[in-house]
Amino acid sequence: MLHPETEADVARMVGEAAAANTTLEIVGGGTRAGLGRPVRAASALSVARLSGITHYDAAELVMTARAGTPLSEIEAALAANNQMLTFEPMDHRGLLGSTGEPTIGGVFAANVSGPRRLSAGAARDSLLGVRFVNGSGDIVKSGGRVMKNVTGLDLVKLMAGSWGTLGVICEVTFKVLPRPEAAVTIVVGGLNDAEAAHAMAAAMALPVECSGAAHLPESLVRAFLDGRLTGGPATVLRLEGLTPSVAVRSEALQAVMAGHGTVAVLDADETSQLWREIRDVKPFADRPGKPVWRVSLAPMAGEQLVAALRLHTGVDAFYDWQGGLVWLAMEQDPEPELIRGFVKALGGGHAQLVRANAATRSSVAVFEPLSPPLEALTRRLKIQFDPQAILNPGRMLAGV
Amino acid sequence: MRAVPGVSPARRQEDAMAELIEFQVPNPAIIGRRAAIIADLADLLPAECLVTEPRELAPFETDAFVSYRRLPLAVALPETTAQVSALLRYCSREGIPVVPRGAGTSLSGGAIPQEDAVVIGVSKLSRILEVDYPNRAAVVQAGVTNINISQAVDADGFFYAPDPSSQLACTIGGNIGMNSGGAHCLKYGVTTNNLLGVRMVMFDGSIVDIGGKALDAEGYDLLGLICGSEGQLGIVTEATVRLLAKPEGARPVLFGFDSSEAAGACVTDVIGAGIIPVAIEFMDKPAIDICEAFAKAGYPMDVEALLIVEVEGSEAEMDAMLARIIEIARRHGVKTVKESQSALEAAAIWKGRKSAFGATGRISDYICMDGTVPLGQLSYVLRKTGEIIARYGLRVANVFHAGDGNMHPLILFDANNEDERMKAEMAGNDILRLCVDAGGCLTGEHGVGIEKRDLMRHQYAEADLNQQMRARSAFDPNWILNPSKVFPLDGRPDSLETRPAA
Repeated sequence: MLHPETEADVARMVGEAAAANTTLEIVGGGTRAGLGRPVRAASALSVARLSGITHYDAAELVMTARAGTPLSEIEAALAANNQMLTFEPMDHRGLLGSTGEPTIGGVFAANVSGPRRLSAGAARDSLLGVRFVNGSGDIVKSGGRVMKNVTGLDLVKLMAGSWGTLGVICEVTFKVLPRPEAAVTIVVGGLNDAEAAHAMAAAMALPVECSGAAHLPESLVRAFLDGRLTGGPATVLRLEGLTPSVAVRSEALQAVMAGHGTVAVLDADETSQLWREIRDVKPFADRPGKPVWRVSLAPMAGEQLVAALRLHTGVDAFYDWQGGLVWLAMEQDPEPELIRGFVKALGGGHAQLVRANAATRSSVAVFEPLSPPLEALTRRLKIQFDPQAILNPGRMLAGV
Repeated sequence: MRAVPGVSPARRQEDAMAELIEFQVPNPAIIGRRAAIIADLADLLPAECLVTEPRELAPFETDAFVSYRRLPLAVALPETTAQVSALLRYCSREGIPVVPRGAGTSLSGGAIPQEDAVVIGVSKLSRILEVDYPNRAAVVQAGVTNINISQAVDADGFFYAPDPSSQLACTIGGNIGMNSGGAHCLKYGVTTNNLLGVRMVMFDGSIVDIGGKALDAEGYDLLGLICGSEGQLGIVTEATVRLLAKPEGARPVLFGFDSSEAAGACVTDVIGAGIIPVAIEFMDKPAIDICEAFAKAGYPMDVEALLIVEVEGSEAEMDAMLARIIEIARRHGVKTVKESQSALEAAAIWKGRKSAFGATGRISDYICMDGTVPLGQLSYVLRKTGEIIARYGLRVANVFHAGDGNMHPLILFDANNEDERMKAEMAGNDILRLCVDAGGCLTGEHGVGIEKRDLMRHQYAEADLNQQMRARSAFDPNWILNPSKVFPLDGRPDSLETRPAA
């Protein structure tokens, strides 16, 4: 394992690996090592020692940190200034049974986002600048620390979610926001999955700015809030912001939701716990072993996917992002063809196998297979960043 | 938004001799085959979709960066993705440069053609294909104007968020090319944050679909790379965009301050307090004077800086938010506070700001810069901008989106005075270098185009630019798409420099 301490070290080590044609697995905190296809590399490079917040001006709402900085350190520094990451990155440790400390580099390399992605965008939307070392050992920077920047090609977005296959991210600059002063959750009780999809669409059509919209079917609802959500399935809608805004919006939302089902309100503490548990996929973290899928598709198609699957196989599911993010736990086999066939028939999207053993992850396409022209484009891009394919070989796609 | 009205052919000749910005040398072999190329293009398109007469080509010779102009070889205005595909397959095979064009409202020369290029305009691809409220998405052709999307969904309580000031004319295809912003992007983000999918024709005519109605697309974030790529990665023919629920109402408040520093500090504190206004617009003293003289909006004349802060929501919410914002402004010694109690008063507050470019254009020619700086650097950059302008003996008015640090200094000059015009361009370049040195960037929302192309090395090291150019080559290996733009003409990948000129 290589342990660079500076960006220059990374450049030198990657350059040497390229010269020797040695493949490298790129490692951060290791908590998400079980995601993606298993990497078979001759050596590993850890960015753990590239650590520390290098620039943080709370008034500017921007932070810069080295890739190996533990997320906990970043969240503590933000909390001290009453700020936060808007995209609410999921903590995969519970679901994957992994240990260690998630790093900020890993969060962006995997574009890890949570429930607030619905309203505030994904990790990629918060990322303003990045410094990385490409597969030839060149230090490259893109973007900067300003909110608006259209100067040249946006490699920042490309690096987010590239799983270390295009470059070793050394430093990231990202947008942060003040924590909302108030937060409540409106719980609409008693809806089946299809009714919930309509209720969530109705909520999102109101000018109340829901920052979370999820549906927890009856079979899973007791996994949340220590079983305190009683009364059957719960469709949950989060409102955040200034205290007077939240009060006004909560009333408006409750009035409309009363036409869909029973209505209850959770306070700020319960809201915080509930959405953390939704973010971290708690019901399936509680049940280790079963294959888990993360399916992203059009919001109204989510429940249709689950309904279609239920006619063919045993599956449990709950919904985030207004129904457009489906967390699926399979009773038996991962059934990739079945799932992807329905996703395609329902207008497209993508299914990622999030939890499965390494053997399964080697034999099943973990990420949604790309259309032939997109796969060709992906391979051409990879070569332009990492000509010898030494970085995280095979993590996303054979050869990429 | 350059205001250089009525440029005569003679003037054009003069411009050509005094241009600071170079174009690629046109390929004489292509120009020599013009008649044959036009005949071939005529086979690919209905007759009404092909423009070849010099007089009809003239409207396509420039965009809103009117100091520079070149007549293209021909203009194709396809009506289908299949036609775009056929055109690109042909141009690729023949090695003919292609310049994609939306409505031609680029402020940076992104749509200016060259003599050996075929312009492919998307203006006839102007249908809204689908509006899907439950999934909060609209699928539109690339030539649909920005405002058309919001207008189509307005009655149902939705809108499309990015709102560049050219939104009446500019197309969604152009918005994607430039990653356009607008006054509301402080709260809602720019195009890249509101785009869900595209259908794009690649350099060789192949058609790719990326993304859709899901929030995330599979694989690399190609959508993120395409957005803002200035037409160099492909030609987008259809887009899926995110619709949002329209807020109940919007209300501005106007503040006058004794200094730009105080106004800048107020901006920082408002944002830091967790209040996210939809817009925070800043005007300095010269801008106030120009706008007030023109619009008679009732702006205070005894202040050095003016802020317009707009919030959205229900009446009760807006009351609460504005009360807090006014309290913050008072802490910074605000001299004038003008609240709007009615739609009429709100319109009056915006009237001056909205007429800023037009009012400036009436008294002088001007160029509009677009550098963006970290919020904490606003005051410093304003002061230094003043010093740079004074050094060239010119005048400047500052009107900009303060909430995100996106500066828009308007440099005033006389377009009939060759020396002043050169000075204005040079002062503009100095200001952009200043923005970069202050931790910012060359362009926040207008794009690089040709205007800022030769400053790219001030912001990026060679390795940074090389990586961008290599990414570009993955999409367009022979660089036939919009070739004179974004990247300095020298130092491009070897395979291009050694490409035979004929």
